[in-house]
Order: sequence, then C-alpha cells, then structure tokens
Amino acid sequence: MDKDTVIKIADLAKIEINDKKIEEISSSLQKILNLVNEMNTINTDDVEPMSHPLNLKQELRKDEVLEKNERDLFQRNNKYIEDGYYKVPKIID
Amino acid sequence: MWESVIGLEIHVQLKTQSKIFSSASTNFGAEQNTQACAIDLGLPGVLPVLNEEAVKMAIKFGIAVGANIENNSVFARKNYFYPDLPKGYQISQYEIPIVSNGSVNIDIDKKVKKIRITRAHLEEDAGKSIHDLYENESAIDLNRAGTPLIEIVSEPDLSNAEEAVKYLKYIHSLVRYLDISDGNMQEGSFRCDANISLKKSNSSELGIRAEIKNINSFKFVEQAINYEIQRQGEILDSGKSVIQETRLFDPIRNETRSMRSKEEANDYRYFPDPDLLPVSISNSLIENIKLNMPELPNEKKERFIKQYKLTDYDTSILVLDKDLSAYYEKVLEKTSLNPKTTANWIITELLSYANKSNTGVKNYPVNFEDLASLLTYIHDGLISNKQAKIIFEKMWNNGEKPQDIIEKEGIKQISDTMEINKLVDNVIKNHYKSVEEYLAGKDKLFGFFVGEVMKESKGKANPKIVNQLLKEKLRNDK
Amino acid sequence: MEDKTLIELKTKIQNKEISSYELTKFFLNRIKKIDPKLNAFITVTENDSLKKAKKIDSEIAKGNINPLSGIPIAQKDIFCTKGIRTTCGSKMLEDFISPYDATVVEKLDKAGMIIIGKTNMDEFAMGSSNETSYFGDVKNPWNLNCVPGGSSGGSAASVAARLIPCSTGTDTGGSIRQPASLTGICGIKPTYGRVSRYGMIAFASSLDQAGIFTRTAKDCAILLSHISGYDVKDSTSSKKEVPDYYKECTKKFEKMKIGIPEEFLDGLDSKVAEVFTESINIFKSNGCEIKKISLKNSKLGVSAYQVVAPAECSSNLSRFDGVRYGFRANDVKDIDELYKKSRSQGFGDEVKRRILIGTYALSTGYYDAYYLKAQKIRTIISKEFQNAFKEVDVIIGPTAPDCAFKLGEKLNDPIAMYLSDIFTVSTNLAGLPAISIPMGFKNKLPLGLQIIGNHFDESKILSLSNHYQNLTDWHMQKPDMLGET
Repeated sequence: MDKDTVIKIADLAKIEINDKKIEEISSSLQKILNLVNEMNTINTDDVEPMSHPLNLKQELRKDEVLEKNERDLFQRNNKYIEDGYYKVPKIID
Repeated sequence: MWESVIGLEIHVQLKTQSKIFSSASTNFGAEQNTQACAIDLGLPGVLPVLNEEAVKMAIKFGIAVGANIENNSVFARKNYFYPDLPKGYQISQYEIPIVSNGSVNIDIDKKVKKIRITRAHLEEDAGKSIHDLYENESAIDLNRAGTPLIEIVSEPDLSNAEEAVKYLKYIHSLVRYLDISDGNMQEGSFRCDANISLKKSNSSELGIRAEIKNINSFKFVEQAINYEIQRQGEILDSGKSVIQETRLFDPIRNETRSMRSKEEANDYRYFPDPDLLPVSISNSLIENIKLNMPELPNEKKERFIKQYKLTDYDTSILVLDKDLSAYYEKVLEKTSLNPKTTANWIITELLSYANKSNTGVKNYPVNFEDLASLLTYIHDGLISNKQAKIIFEKMWNNGEKPQDIIEKEGIKQISDTMEINKLVDNVIKNHYKSVEEYLAGKDKLFGFFVGEVMKESKGKANPKIVNQLLKEKLRNDK
Repeated sequence: MEDKTLIELKTKIQNKEISSYELTKFFLNRIKKIDPKLNAFITVTENDSLKKAKKIDSEIAKGNINPLSGIPIAQKDIFCTKGIRTTCGSKMLEDFISPYDATVVEKLDKAGMIIIGKTNMDEFAMGSSNETSYFGDVKNPWNLNCVPGGSSGGSAASVAARLIPCSTGTDTGGSIRQPASLTGICGIKPTYGRVSRYGMIAFASSLDQAGIFTRTAKDCAILLSHISGYDVKDSTSSKKEVPDYYKECTKKFEKMKIGIPEEFLDGLDSKVAEVFTESINIFKSNGCEIKKISLKNSKLGVSAYQVVAPAECSSNLSRFDGVRYGFRANDVKDIDELYKKSRSQGFGDEVKRRILIGTYALSTGYYDAYYLKAQKIRTIISKEFQNAFKEVDVIIGPTAPDCAFKLGEKLNDPIAMYLSDIFTVSTNLAGLPAISIPMGFKNKLPLGLQIIGNHFDESKILSLSNHYQNLTDWHMQKPDMLGET
C-alpha cells in the first residue's frame, strides 16, 4: 500500500495522519494486507457471499409514532448547542 | 449541432406516520431536533428497524409504473461524512433495489413518449444544515433525518426541459394519486436532481454529464436545464470539454454553479447493511396491493374523455391534480350543467385565482357546493355569466356564499321581457340618429345598442333577451 | 463469600440469609481493595448500586422478588447504561453519559440484578489483550505482568479475581472466549441473533454478539436465559424460543459425539496440546465419542475476519464525528478539520488502523478483492461447519493457541495479536455459539477449552461444559489476589 493510497484512504475515513508517520502506517497496513491476501489461496468463483450468519428475513415494524421529544436529554453532554441546534463550523457550498 | 440528453433522479418523501427506521414522527415543521430520536441521531449502539408502510408504498409505486418488484431487496450503506448525516452513512439500496425496470407514458406534442424508469429504491432522508442562522457556524436540525424516501431514477430518455418538466409533473401527480406522498415541493417532500449532457446530433455516444442537485420547483427544473444546456453547448462549441461534476442551481441568478465541496473524489463504499436483513416481499403481498390500487392519472384521463366528452387539453389539466379532478367531479354531481361548461369554469376562472394565489385544492376558499350553486344560477338564467364572474371573485376573496352575495347586492338578472322592453324602447328613442345609421346598413352599431341597454339596466338585464328584443324592434323599424 | 456461585448467592438472597445491600457492599469493598492492582473497572457505580440494593431489599421484604433479585453484576463498558458513563474504552466517549439502556442491561435489570460498574475493555472492542483501552491496561489476576486477554479483559479479570460473581461481555472474534481462557473462567458467546445487540456499541455488526462471564457453566446457563430472546429493536435477533438453559444443562447427561478438528492441533504448543489431550480423555472415558474431523478452510478465518470486521467497523465508527456527542477537538477552522482532529485525537492507534484497513477494503476497485472475497470465504467456512455438524454434536479444541502472554509482548505486532484469535474467529464468521471453560494450566496460567455448537445449540455446549465441570475442578481454582493462600 503506497503513501498516496494511505493519504486518500485516510481522507475518506476522516483520519488525520502525521506526515512523519505515513511510512510506519503504510507498512503496518501492508502487513495486514499480506495476512488478508491468504484468502487468495482458495478459489471462490462459484461461491455466494454471506452477509449474515443466519438465513433470516427482515422483520418489519408497524408504522407507529412511539417516540417523544427527548432533545434536552440527548443534548445534555454537548457544549456546541444553541436554541436546540447542533452547531458546526460554517459550511460553505 | 448538439442534442441534450436528460435523466432525472426524483426524491419523494413518503407520507408514513413514523420514520423509515425509527418510531419518531415525520411531521413537518416541528421545533428543531425535537423529532430526532436516539436512532435518528445515530447514538452509539442503536439499530434500525424497517417501517412496513414504507415498503408497501414503494411496492405501490412499482406497480403503478409497471415495474419489477424485487422479492428480496437489500439495504446498503452509502458512506460519506456530512454534519446532517448522523451516522456517517445513509441507509439506501444499491445492488438490489425494491423496484426496477418500469416506465411511464407522457404526452409530448400530441404524441405519447415512453420514459423508462431504471429503478426506484427506498432510503432515509438526511437532516438539514442551516448556514445563515449564525455568523460563523452552521446549524444542524435532524428532524428530517430518517424520513422515508423513494428515489426514482429515470433512464436518460428526456430530450429537453419541457419533457423533463412534463415527466416530473406526471410523477408528482402519480405519487399523489397513489397517496404515498403529499408532494409538497416547498417543504421538500418532492425534489429532484437532473443529469444533463450533450451529444452530437447523429451520435449515439453520450457526452460527459453534469448533475444539478436538489431542485425543488418545476420552474427551477426548467430554468436549470435550459441554463445547463446553453452552458455546456458553449463549452463544446469552443472546443473544450465539459467536466463531470455536481452543480447547484441558483434561482436568484438563474444559473448553475459548481459545488466544489462535493468535488473531492467521492467514494461511497457501498456495502450491504449488516444491521438489516434482506427484505422478503411475497407475491401475495404484491397481489394484494395490486387489487387495492386507486385509479391512476392516465386511467382517469381516458375515462374523463369518454365519460364527459372533454378535450384532451382540458382533461390533462383536470387530472394532473388528483384533488382538482375530484373537485370537478363533485361539482358535476351537484349540478345538471354540462360537463364541458363546468370544466371551462374551473379551468378559466377558478384556476386563474388558484394559480395567482398559489392555493392548493384543499385550501380553496370556495367549496364545490358553492361553485355548484353558482353554476346552477347561471344555468337557470338567474344571473349572467358576467355577473357570475363578479360574484365568484367575492366568493374567492371573502369566502361568501353565492346566494348571500346575490341577495345582499341585489344582483339578480332581469329576465322580465316587459321590463327589458321598456329599456330597449328608451335606448332606441334616445339614439335616434344611430338607429338611422344602423338601418342604413351600419350593422356594427347593434353591439352599441346592446351595450346601452345593459348600461341602463346596470348590467342586470339578461343579455339573451336584450339581443332578441333589440333584433325584433329594429327589424320592425325597418 | 467471594467464592460463592451465582446460584448460591441467589439462594442466600431468597432465603434472606443476606441482604442485597450487604452483598453489594461486600463486592464494592472487594473492588476497592483489589481493583487498583487489576484496573478491571472503568467506572464503579457505588452510590447508585447501593441505592438500588436498598430498594430491592425493600421490594424483597414486601415479597416482590425476581429471579436474580439483588445480585450484583458488572457490565462491559460497551453496553449503554442510562445515566451511567459509557466509554467503550475510548477517549472518544470519555464523558458520554448514555441517555438509554441497552436491551441486555434492561433485561438484567428486570431480572433484579444490580449494576456494580462498567468494566475495562479494548477500545471499541478492538484488541485481544485489553491494552488498547484509553483507560489503561487490565492485568491478569493470575499474573499481574500478563494480559487478561481481550477485548472483554475487565469483565473476565473481575470475575476471575472474584470481584463480582458474573459479568457481561461481547464477542466479535473471540472477545469473550479468549479472555475467559486466559483468566480461567467460563465465557459464552451465543449464536448470532440469540441476544439483542440493541444498545451494545457496534464494532462489526454481522459478527458481534453479547455473552456472559461466570465461573461455572450452570451460572452461565441461568444468565444466558435472561439475556436471550427476540428484540423488536434488533431486527437481526432471532425469534426462536429461549430454552431454560439451566434446566437443559443440568438434565441427565446424554452421550455426545465430539468432533476434534485436526487443523486445531497442527503445530499446537506442546503443553497446550497435552492439557487438551487430558480433556479429550476425560470425555472419552465419560460417555462421549470422539471423532476426528477436518475444518481445512478455518485457517482462512483470521484473514477473512481481518477484512469483514474492519470493513464494518470503518462504517460503524463514522458516527463518532464530534458533532452530536463524544469527543470534539478544539480550535478547528472548518468542518473537515473538525472531523479529522476529533477522530484522530479521540481514537487510539488500533482503532484508526482498523478503520483505515476497512475503508480500503470497501473502496472502489478493492471491494471485490477484499470485502466480497471475505464474505465468500465466510460461506465456505460456514458450510464446512455445517457439514461437520452432520457428523458430530459439538466441536472442541483449545480456545487460544497459548496461555496469557506478557503485557506489551504483542502490542507492536498486530499480526501476532490477530493470530491469538485463530481458534475463535471462525465461529463468529459462521454465527455459531461457543463457550470457553478452564481445562488446566501452563506456567501457572490458565488454559481454556472451547466447545462449539451448531446454531442455537447453546443447551448442548452448556450441558457438555457442566458435565466436564462435574468431572474436574479446574473451574474451582482461584488466583491468589490478596496473598491469602
């Protein structure tokens, strides 16, 4: 995994990477990929992927309103609140 | 020369009571963040549970556009960071959407054009970011987060802004007929993204496209597409190439501009949502929904033409709005007027007031019963068409009943022949010279005499009788 | 008192030999005395626990008694507990007071249990040694220089050191069974979907499962019945009826066919192999049939796991963005910086490493080669297990390749760390239930025996565990925490 890939991936994941640590990170990620690449020792062309351990179907919920306003509870630990809004640095589109 | 190729992605909010994955209310207009529960906020540890009604509504739409309904559709995560997207991913559908391969027919220049619908999938709406509330910060309201949407994706079968708007209006009408969305564009319940590219007239190869995001009115769709066609045309004419990008329509400047913030290489990393199992839809459920489908706009149009002998044009206007067509039929039920006259009244009079004030059928100040009475008074010769228009204005503006206005202002039509006779005699006597001229062959003056009689009667004389009597008298004088 | 099992304590409370207050106070004191050596708890809820104990005592006095009334339990700090700090072992949630209870927490509360505190864990359950916790390492009660295993290291160490009779854990790739093995206690990971995941902070949603730590299989069975069952808030939970596991596992033991995968023995540490062979012999001479089986692709489990788990975690952890709750970096100039600084300062290295790997595995151009491939290998591994279960009732093997390792020994070698889950990850990939029970020692450190069952065969693995514990006393051994012996 080269440096540029690490930078691109880190940006997608919104993880800041110290320039000095890129080498170290890319080499540790490469080691994991080497382990992971053992998967290629087996052919899986005709195998269905498995997303869930059990072969179950989705249970659906009735369309009912059961929640009440708990805004104060949810916002209790957040300092960046004004008039019930969450605030973030201004976004310019 | 260049030919434009347009595809639309329409986002329709479904009118369920609760959100697609939580039991919080979907009501519009609540105070900020009071309808965002633990699940909508993406608190640690919460899990989505799918709303049955949202699935049924999507199926209903699929049936209405003759599409394939997937028996095992899958929810996927679309990963990206944005402050109004609480989990850092949107739950949507990717590889296996619930609805695929449908189509609708729209009328273009008296010809029917088929617009193919690639897919329609279920997904959750994001919250809202408000950028102009605070000086240095954006404010986030997550009430809308988790509102169910279907995203309807068309093939690039649309050739210009007019077609795009017709198609969009048809889908708008359709979701309201199906009663799966309120279609309220001001509130964002119905909005669309337009993909536009230009290709050489004789080429089958598509050009590079730009995507215009989040347009929320029919007028803006038209303006945005026309602007974009011109912009891309100029770029291509100058020998340069169009950049594939996301653009925003600015209705104030009537132009589209690049959204640079969205330009970072977006890689949504879709994968099946491990919190949601495949949605199994049985054929019996599909059949059951099919049996209970309401009349669709195209079906209603055919019926109106057949049953009421209306023109294609009039019918199109009436059926586009489900509520308007229902209003029309209710007025008809109450009167013995002919359907054509009733349709004319609604289209020319009522709609001109409604459009001017941007009022939806549900908020008409004139209910169908009052309009029916008004039209009955005309039919019975109690008032003239012209008087009716004056009365209608008052009904619309003040919400008064027609019989009250007539009584209060005494604007009953004079249909008494004796009384009108007197008026006619007076006019003939007072305009002796004009009568002579008329008799000498100046036929145009007949209108003048009618006008004078009407003036004398303060507009109350039945014009039919005035005409008839004038003709008789003037003939006698000959 | 600390040696009493859950069942014994339950009887004492119900016979009013001891009050809930006394019992809670007793364990709180023990935590105060011993935990500074172990660091098994992130939060101890002394006041709340005693208040609740008093309340329960007054309920008991009125004759309102629930099955587990008044017995304290420790919750892994991955379960959301209303009004109590829930950190998931991370700086990101250092000050997060959960506004709601996890379903597991709610169910144990209904059963009458008292939360005594929240146990230490690897950050976001990512680790096998409890060394990635923001709140410091947990020490193994058997040797304070060794790790207790992870990620549920605090839950395991606290039960092993008798700071609490039982605790909850979660297992994504071995996070209950491996620490149970390394600390010499009993830890069960039920079938995927058996226990609701609602309110359990997600690591890898298709692998995560909540479970229990106790010292005996019987105690484990009792608690498992209480936390299991369909939950309307978790649509991946199963509607299958929940058996009375205690009743099932204490029924007269019926002969079982036990499978031993050859692959589990390949290159196994000789002492671990010796101890394991002793266990096989005990089963052999006590009404079980032993059959060699092959799970030749299970060795790919770690590879597939190192794709599936990071991929899902990369998405699950995106919600920690500093906007609505959790750690938020100061002095940021724009939204991108808010995200990047909050996440980089709020997450530790291992979490970031897994997020990066997972992001990579899902990104355009790599999805098929990594994520899809891993999901296909899951199918292969799962089918292999299903074929094995046509021939045998349960599968056994060592839980971990070795006994507890030294603190710091594998910290800078992620691959070595990942391989400590080699015997446990496959069951998560296949969604199978498995338990680890003590089977002996190496260098005075405990070793665990893993018993894997088919989907929803918890009764079978508990029954075999109970059978084993009736024949051995490994589970009665205790670390000498206070220099008492």
